[in-house]
Amino acid sequence: MKWEYSPAPESSAIADINDRYMPFIDGAFKEGSGEDRDTINPGTGEKLSTISTVNAGDIDRAVKAARRAYENVWSTMPGAERGKYLFRIARAIAERSRELAVVETLDNGKPIKETRDFDVPAVAQHFFYHAGWADKLQHLGLGSAPQPLGVAGQVIPWNFPLLMAAWKIAPALAAGNTVVIKPAETTPLSILVLAEIIADADLPPGVVNIITGAGDVGSMLVNHPGIDKVAFTGSTAVGRRIQRELAGTGRKITLELGGKGANIIFEDAAQDQAVEGIINGIFFNQGQVCCAGARLLVQESIADEFIERLKQRVETLRVGDPMDKNTDVGAINSKAQLDRITALINAGIAEGAELWSSSCLLPKNGYYLSPSIFTSATPSMRIAREEIFGPVLTTMTFRTPDEAVTKANNSPYGLSAGVWTEKGSRAMGMAASLRAGVIWDNTFNRFDPAASFGGYKESGFGREGGPSGLAAYLDTDDEAVVR
Amino acid sequence: MNHLAVSKTYKLFIGGAFPRSESGRTYQAHDTKGNFIANAALASRKDLRDAVVAARKGYSVWSKATAYNRGQVIYRIAEMLESRRTEFGKLIMISTGGSTKDANAEVDAAVDRLVHYAGWTDKLAAVMGGANPVSSPYFSYSTPEPTGVVGILTPSGSSLLGLVSVITPVITGGNACVVIASEQDPCVAITFAEVVATSDVPAGLINILTGRASELAPHLAAHADVNALDLTGADLELRASLEQAAAETVKRVYVPKGQPDFAAAPGTARLRAFLEIKTVWHPTGALSLSGGTSY
Repeated sequence: MKWEYSPAPESSAIADINDRYMPFIDGAFKEGSGEDRDTINPGTGEKLSTISTVNAGDIDRAVKAARRAYENVWSTMPGAERGKYLFRIARAIAERSRELAVVETLDNGKPIKETRDFDVPAVAQHFFYHAGWADKLQHLGLGSAPQPLGVAGQVIPWNFPLLMAAWKIAPALAAGNTVVIKPAETTPLSILVLAEIIADADLPPGVVNIITGAGDVGSMLVNHPGIDKVAFTGSTAVGRRIQRELAGTGRKITLELGGKGANIIFEDAAQDQAVEGIINGIFFNQGQVCCAGARLLVQESIADEFIERLKQRVETLRVGDPMDKNTDVGAINSKAQLDRITALINAGIAEGAELWSSSCLLPKNGYYLSPSIFTSATPSMRIAREEIFGPVLTTMTFRTPDEAVTKANNSPYGLSAGVWTEKGSRAMGMAASLRAGVIWDNTFNRFDPAASFGGYKESGFGREGGPSGLAAYLDTDDEAVVR
Repeated sequence: MNHLAVSKTYKLFIGGAFPRSESGRTYQAHDTKGNFIANAALASRKDLRDAVVAARKGYSVWSKATAYNRGQVIYRIAEMLESRRTEFGKLIMISTGGSTKDANAEVDAAVDRLVHYAGWTDKLAAVMGGANPVSSPYFSYSTPEPTGVVGILTPSGSSLLGLVSVITPVITGGNACVVIASEQDPCVAITFAEVVATSDVPAGLINILTGRASELAPHLAAHADVNALDLTGADLELRASLEQAAAETVKRVYVPKGQPDFAAAPGTARLRAFLEIKTVWHPTGALSLSGGTSY
């Protein structure tokens, strides 16, 4: 039977995109002194809006505003009052959730289904969760009166623009810090709508400052002498550079970096569920997810049949217009990212892996890729070692559980892993053996503000979410010093 | 006729054995007045690499040991140290030039520090982890796990208590370590290795090198199979360059804010510095959603 879909587009008018957006410093939207940048709708390849960006002087102003707000208002305010501001923001996000979802999809290219059902609700929940911590910091097990660090400099990526803003801002504020945050240059819009919400919530000026620009702005921010804490989410290459640049400064850092997550399918797994989980693991957000299940390890006894089943299911994914409510896989965030993914796909072909791609039709305009699967890959190939950050799955096989653990752990990264088996003891044993910060048994890509998230090894250090996420924004060095 | 004292040859401690430096090099340890105490092994880059290999093996044994077992082994170190109280008191007195009372007090504090951490091993998961109340039908928990192999530069000036205070939290969390002992106090460090060697500690869990931090530490910081660094004993100049080298493999780096007061209660910062939090999710299925109304 042939299924037909009629388009079910969400209205872009709901986003009410302005012609021009400005940085948010010291409680006001003001023109930055940097050069203007355009932001593109990756779903169409067309210009969406113009962004005023900042220069070194603007960054300095933002850091000073954050310092004043920290010293005069935010660090001295009772935790319960700080919490009430965060609760207020959480509620307002929920109220403007449809608008935020549309803005996010237009600016990022991810399906409206995801922004509506995952990103934006998770953002509101993240603020709500952390609001409640603001007057309970003494119960974290970090001492009787844990202190904030001061001004946090935060740099976030383009794959979950608004959610990453929430992951950074909410715990920092709950703990009593103020922030200067920079969104990615390709996705500045949703956080600037969040700035409107923050302003409407009457958050004291300077507690949250949002600066716009590219990597050079981020680099100036994390190196600014007025910053007490640096939090970065992005590539391992940039994370490494930040750690190197901040060497010897004593500045507290958390890094949430790349990954090459293994998704391990045992022969006793519930195969239909596993197929759905693998698809969620690698095609959610077009695979532009640091914890994506990018390496599929299938037990040899079921490999051929299972991969065939997987291909059949991938064929049914709806790829195309991110604004269509039927769309499963949307647009790649930028031309540059599309080129990076394509280069790695070509490297996989050149190294001898076999490429299979969905036969879906792709829109003529915008940045799209067919969901793809590499078979006959070997662990030494670039597609098995490097983060592709796109809708490309690399598959390998294993025979024994020990071999699966060895292959899964054979990576400089250690962010996520998945295990599919109907045997409870094996699931638990695998969860304990895998060297990764998040393990999903018979599921994948689950997130919650109450559950901490972060990497082992070169996937970074520090956690976001849960009690350990708050520790990243508090002075936990409770070792007494002589001088 | 007087007994002619038999003096000890101080060697390295790698993989549970006491080898000389493969380089054949030694250096002289002196007391505070400049008098000769002993020759100590001057460890080389090759010794350091051997120690990292040994530590990885020690880690694989130790990280699989039960929390109760780890606690018992650390307690055993305390027992062995207590039994050599007089010997350590003398050694500390010679190397620091302090009083007998102060030296003995330092040994006592070191024993107590070990006992403190022996009681931590089976509480870390309860204090630093737990069940996560996620808003979906999953059982989710977070639990601390060891970071792996930790490189430690031990502080000078508090030869035994400082050494014990930096090594013990690292192994309490399940990590193995490669220790570069304070250059001034090789005798205390290697005598402590003898305590470790007789305490049921797995071979390679604690490896102690004597020599020059300025020569060894850059290789430790750059080593790709070292997961974390404790720079308590690094001077400010060395610190920045080691942190830079550590960044190449995204190592966790612990740097105290000042000179730690090892006589004070230790807190948890050193434990946390070398623990990773792992979060595990498992579906609870339809029953978890309907179960509350079914009876």
